[in-house]
Amino acid sequence: MFGLLNLANPYKLRDRGVMGMNKRNFSYISRYNQRKFFPNVDDKLKTKVLALDYGLTVPELLGVVRYQHDVAEVSKILDQHQGFCIKPSKGSGGKGILVIISSDEKGYKKASGEYVTYDDIIRHVTNILAGLFSLGGAADVAMIEALIEFDPAFTGLSHEGVPDIRIIVFKGYPMMAMLRLATHASDGKANLHQGAVGVGINIVDGTAKAAVQYNRPVSTHPDTGRDLLDIKIEGWQEMLHLSASCYEMSGLGYLGADVVLDRNRGPMILELNARPGLAIQTANRMGMLPRLRAIEAIVGKRGPSIEQRVEFVVENFK
Amino acid sequence: MSERAPFFFLIFILVAVGISTIYYRHVETGVPLTTGEQVTIWEVEAQIAFTGEQGAVNAQLTLPKDGKFKLVEEYTASPAYGVNVLREQIPPKVVWSKRKAEGRQTLYYRGSYKEVLDPEADPAPTDLIQADVWDEPYQSTASTLLKEAFDRSSNDELLLREIQNSLRAQNQSVALLLTRYTRTEVFVHLLEMAGVPSKRVGGLVLEDGRRNQSLIPLVRVYVDKQWELFDLESSGLDPESPILIWRQDSPWLLDVEGAGNSDISFSISSVTRSALKEAQSLSVDADLFNSGLYNLPIAEQNLFKGILLLPIGALVVVFLRVIIGLKCSGTFMPILIATSFIQTELLNGVIGFLLIVSTGLVIRSYLSRLNLLLVSRISAVVILVIGIITLFTIIAFRFGLTDALTITFFPMVIMAWTIERMSILWEEEGGKEVLVQGGGSLLVAVIAYLMMDNALIRHWAFNFLGVHALIMAAVLLMGQYTGYRLLELRRFKPMEDY
Repeated sequence: MFGLLNLANPYKLRDRGVMGMNKRNFSYISRYNQRKFFPNVDDKLKTKVLALDYGLTVPELLGVVRYQHDVAEVSKILDQHQGFCIKPSKGSGGKGILVIISSDEKGYKKASGEYVTYDDIIRHVTNILAGLFSLGGAADVAMIEALIEFDPAFTGLSHEGVPDIRIIVFKGYPMMAMLRLATHASDGKANLHQGAVGVGINIVDGTAKAAVQYNRPVSTHPDTGRDLLDIKIEGWQEMLHLSASCYEMSGLGYLGADVVLDRNRGPMILELNARPGLAIQTANRMGMLPRLRAIEAIVGKRGPSIEQRVEFVVENFK
Repeated sequence: MSERAPFFFLIFILVAVGISTIYYRHVETGVPLTTGEQVTIWEVEAQIAFTGEQGAVNAQLTLPKDGKFKLVEEYTASPAYGVNVLREQIPPKVVWSKRKAEGRQTLYYRGSYKEVLDPEADPAPTDLIQADVWDEPYQSTASTLLKEAFDRSSNDELLLREIQNSLRAQNQSVALLLTRYTRTEVFVHLLEMAGVPSKRVGGLVLEDGRRNQSLIPLVRVYVDKQWELFDLESSGLDPESPILIWRQDSPWLLDVEGAGNSDISFSISSVTRSALKEAQSLSVDADLFNSGLYNLPIAEQNLFKGILLLPIGALVVVFLRVIIGLKCSGTFMPILIATSFIQTELLNGVIGFLLIVSTGLVIRSYLSRLNLLLVSRISAVVILVIGIITLFTIIAFRFGLTDALTITFFPMVIMAWTIERMSILWEEEGGKEVLVQGGGSLLVAVIAYLMMDNALIRHWAFNFLGVHALIMAAVLLMGQYTGYRLLELRRFKPMEDY
């Protein structure tokens, strides 16, 4: 019956520990993520301030535009920096992010190679302030960040956008990871449903396990042809520590940490997500529920330290 | 599981309340389960006539008391008589009185009765009546007759059949008894001697268009734990015609004091009425709980007919999103679209929706170049939607397409938000996502419309408020569903093989 409609057998999926949307919402997000902590991650400016308080590395903040009459101030910031990134503080799903990699006499060069004018940038900032990209259309502020110079290890891995690593952190335990690579099909965005490639990463050592695009297995990058299965992410231990500490910082029990590897500054937290998607399971070819349950089963009055948690993950999730 | 016990208790309460109120409304108030159900109402008229003797007259008519029938309405016609309907008495009766009556007098009692769906069983007899002793040779003949019947039978039921058969047979001893007593009297006498509880009653055979009828003598016998009717005088009762038991617990039907030559006759007619209207007219005088919404003015009732469909739409949305996993833009936008489909009819509605949204999207794409602030942009889209609707209405009217005039039923602000959301979606995620989400919303709206437009569902939503408790329970239960959505089974299909 299930085969006929090209549907999976739900009992098989359950045996493999695949988590569905209802289960995620009911048993994890609503149970472990308190409402009052949501602004910590939905407002990226707030996340950044918190991260700095906790001593975590984040992309440098060049400036913030809060009001329409401050829009002209943008030119001062732009003059001082070659490349930068403008993003809405409350944007969701990577919406409204404008990346300028350099500027010359022809104007400002986007990551895609297109040029935009100063007026285009001002209009983009105005749109951000008007709430075009924020959840529910609420008024927003625009953040201008330093450009991330991604590590040479990632050359050939991403079309236009920066490759980032999504790590699901449950109760402070980094339990599953995926490298997200933008493609031509995804228009430089790192969202898997838009056509980005997801590479499942072994949580223990940072090596690639499997890769998918549009839910189908792939072994090379569709645009650059680079082999995806020999990837090994440098400084993986450091990344695990960084993502694990997002738990204390945000207060969220179930979160997705987006981490990037900067050439000069090492792993940095790009943003946090209180409702991380389920595609990470397909990329890892593995259901999340067994690991979630293993972490839920840990008892103890005092919360373990970050080191203890990372140790637990490395020991148990081989 | 124990932490969820209060939750399941709540669900249980909702289901119990829902089902019991539905049952109560159906059985007690007689609200039919389906639409267009008819009930037969029997209108029975008793015509009483007597000749006054220049003095005070007091006429009493025993009224029907039959658990199988329910009184719908009754009235009396009696010029210059004082009338009292004594319903609470046993047996109930109507009393006419006049200080001075002269000549032939005619009084009328008219009552409408309908059959009850599940009549309450009459109570079992409490005490047996001791049989009188008849004169000889009748008493000994009766004893012999009873003994013969008793010997040929093994229980009360068979004994009854035996007595009935022997009374019908051409038999010398029966013929002797019938010289002095009627068959009914002999039957009751034999049963009393045998110790089987029985009662002589007068019944009216209900047949449409009958006039000048009188009550027929019947015997109710308590056998096999229930009362059964027996007709000894004629060849048997017609099973098609119901019988209204008019006289029981009373030795007389009509008692006239102070007048002579009294006479009574009945005429019967039947009318069929909508079962729903009948139940509503009964409920209007009932208490708050029974009357429900029927007491409200018609305009408010019609308003509620619309409002009470929204839970149905909500149920559809919850089901399609939680169980099926359809994507749509705006949580309850599809319900509002569906309610306007009810006004516009489906085809007009879908065409109108597509026209408004697609025209709106084209014009909105220009607005997005103007860098407007959010509030003014939405307001501009609202004005735009009104403009589009006005334009289409004028054009449609010009070309004589009166069907298209219903386009005005679309909720303007909701349409504006839909266009705004779709437009942002288009800019952010591309046209394909707009088709997926827009198509999803339209599909949900159409399914919700088909449910909300179903005559039976409308009937239930308005007439059985208990349905909404059941919907509440279903929505709460689905809120706890943590299994896979149907469309996730397709999404995770590759996971099956890893």
